[in-house]
Amino acid sequence: MLASLIYILIFPGFAFLGVFGLFAEFFDRKLYARLQNRVGPPWFQPFADFIKLLGKEEIVPCDANPAMFTLVPVIALSTVVAAFLYIPLWNTTSLLSFNGDIIVILYLLTIPTLAFFIGGWYSSSLFARIGSVRAVTQLFAYEVPLFIGILSAALLANTWSLSEIMTFYNKSPVLALFNILGFGVSLIALLGKLEKVPFDIPEAETEIVAGAFTEYSGKFLALLRLTLDVEMVAGAALLAAVFLPFGLGANPVIGFIFFIAKVLFVIALITLLRTVFARLRIDQMISFCWKRMVPVAILQLLICLILKGVIQR
Amino acid sequence: MHNSKEFKIPIGPQHPALKEPESFSVALRGEKILGVDIRLGYNHRGIEKACEERSYVQDIYLIERICGICSHAHATAFIQAVEEIAHLAVPERALYIRTLVGELERVHSHLLWLGVAGHEIGFDTLLMYTWRDREIVMDILADLTGNRVNYGINSIGGVRRDISPAQVKDVLKAVDKLEERTKYYIEVATEETTIIKRLSGVGVLAYDDAIKLDAVGPTARASGVARDVRRDDPYAAYDKIQFNVITDTHSDVYGRTVVRVKELMESYGMIREILKKMPEGPIAIKAPPRRIPAGEAISRYEAPRGEDVHYVKSNGTEKPERVKVRAPTLANVQAVKHMLKDRFLADMPIVIAAIDPCFSCTDRSIAIEDGKSRKKNVMTWQELHDYSIKWHRERGFDPAEINRKFHKTMEGK
Repeated sequence: MLASLIYILIFPGFAFLGVFGLFAEFFDRKLYARLQNRVGPPWFQPFADFIKLLGKEEIVPCDANPAMFTLVPVIALSTVVAAFLYIPLWNTTSLLSFNGDIIVILYLLTIPTLAFFIGGWYSSSLFARIGSVRAVTQLFAYEVPLFIGILSAALLANTWSLSEIMTFYNKSPVLALFNILGFGVSLIALLGKLEKVPFDIPEAETEIVAGAFTEYSGKFLALLRLTLDVEMVAGAALLAAVFLPFGLGANPVIGFIFFIAKVLFVIALITLLRTVFARLRIDQMISFCWKRMVPVAILQLLICLILKGVIQR
Repeated sequence: MHNSKEFKIPIGPQHPALKEPESFSVALRGEKILGVDIRLGYNHRGIEKACEERSYVQDIYLIERICGICSHAHATAFIQAVEEIAHLAVPERALYIRTLVGELERVHSHLLWLGVAGHEIGFDTLLMYTWRDREIVMDILADLTGNRVNYGINSIGGVRRDISPAQVKDVLKAVDKLEERTKYYIEVATEETTIIKRLSGVGVLAYDDAIKLDAVGPTARASGVARDVRRDDPYAAYDKIQFNVITDTHSDVYGRTVVRVKELMESYGMIREILKKMPEGPIAIKAPPRRIPAGEAISRYEAPRGEDVHYVKSNGTEKPERVKVRAPTLANVQAVKHMLKDRFLADMPIVIAAIDPCFSCTDRSIAIEDGKSRKKNVMTWQELHDYSIKWHRERGFDPAEINRKFHKTMEGK
């Protein structure tokens, strides 16, 4: 009982994820700033923002559904934290594990987007409604390539359990190199999930203010922003676990440093991508996902199927 | 469900896409724009009227503050009209200096626009890069005139500051650096896939429409209309300088970007030529007149955003009788409505930004006419005051009461 509470609340649950998520936000913002020739924020900026937002007045719009409006940030944050519990950190075993947990992780990581949709929809602001409809429209475009990309790696490992996938690739790291296409596709799809440029369409500042978050303020906004940070860490950790299965099983301390480095590497790639692109339009984004990314993901699937045949023979 | 419904969203008066208050009421079906209602009048400052109550010398500084970006354009256009009425012969060197500052201002304005355009399509890296390089030209302007934006270089019958040979060298060095950077931006703007995707085919204004809607400046030139006051009706030293009027046939936002970056290159060449050809001599006439003889004049100036028109009427005193300003945005804003028809909501910020709008320059007080009764809805100050008190009383809040309390406390002190 006590152990479970520690797992959920402290490590690797809320406390660790909150701190690491906010640090990841700093890392992302600082790198983004340096790439753009700016100075960037000091390391404590995301923490200061978070604490400041917690202390601010929260306003619930008159027309909004108060229950839905206030529940959404909590649901969104708890699902991403729950998703993280299934991801192994320094070795190949995670806290909770069963055959099929990779599906559960992907499912849990989808819920925040739906929560944003519901929150935006129920805040009954025009900007928030357009933003939430865009978020869901986008969901249907990036989710398919993301699933194919990650699941084809699982297919090659012949298991639906993330721990076993990691054990498989850790044993034969050469095979991980064949998943490079899937890694690319998943990374780009992750940009859509995290609503970052070029896929920050649901919260395009110059068009619809802040999209689904327009009406949020105070601690609800703080939680929503923390959700996005934790989602970034969880997504990056998932990608690192599936596609970068190196340096596992050694000393826990070194393994942990490796884990942090891998997550930050994936975040750095995300930052790099968002530095060099302009925001796409929603129609362009959807046609890009279905016409470019899905074929590449299917190619990855074919590669994995053929490779699997070769290995088994 | 969502797509079948039509609804209106307010872009402005306060919106992150707009840097100045202006109202665009957009009728939408899903993401598609059905129509746009543009309403001016949120930023009217009454500068024209204020000019009538000040002397010509004071007016130069007031007029210069019409716009924060093309301040030299307005000041020069005004002063040209005054000089025409007074029949003043401005020294050659002063004209060259005015032209030089005008071109440097164009460089700074176009670089600023490029950054804003990048921001509107979510490409903040471009914004950061161009604004960093814009500092070079801002520093040069501060060095030449003493100020970064409102240069205050014009005076009746000349300019206020001369240029030293050392400054000429600095300008040439800065222009070399800027040219190198601009070549890079041309590469970025014409080769980056997401930029091209977001800009081409967006906000199309065909050649005929550009003529019909009286577009000016880069907006018109991007539709293939070779309209440029610098060539059509040369002022200052433009008749002695070689330059090409840049036009483009894309007719869309992409074309407007191309025109602006190419104009930057053209401006660099012009700055070099101005510095080479600049004659020696005085920079202003001796003892400019305080009283301007009765008369009227219209002056045109090719501001970075297009043709700027100033009308001045004098009555023989120290103060003008009437000053009228037509800023380029007023000519272009009509075209925005046409450009946005049947486009997506996502295109709205960049289409508005593509005319390089300057709403406070263009703004004027407006009276809304009732369609049927033709009755104008204008309120006097007293009526507005009464209306405000009534509005608050209806909501159970009595301003008169507060007023009384306030006076009581003040008296108690």
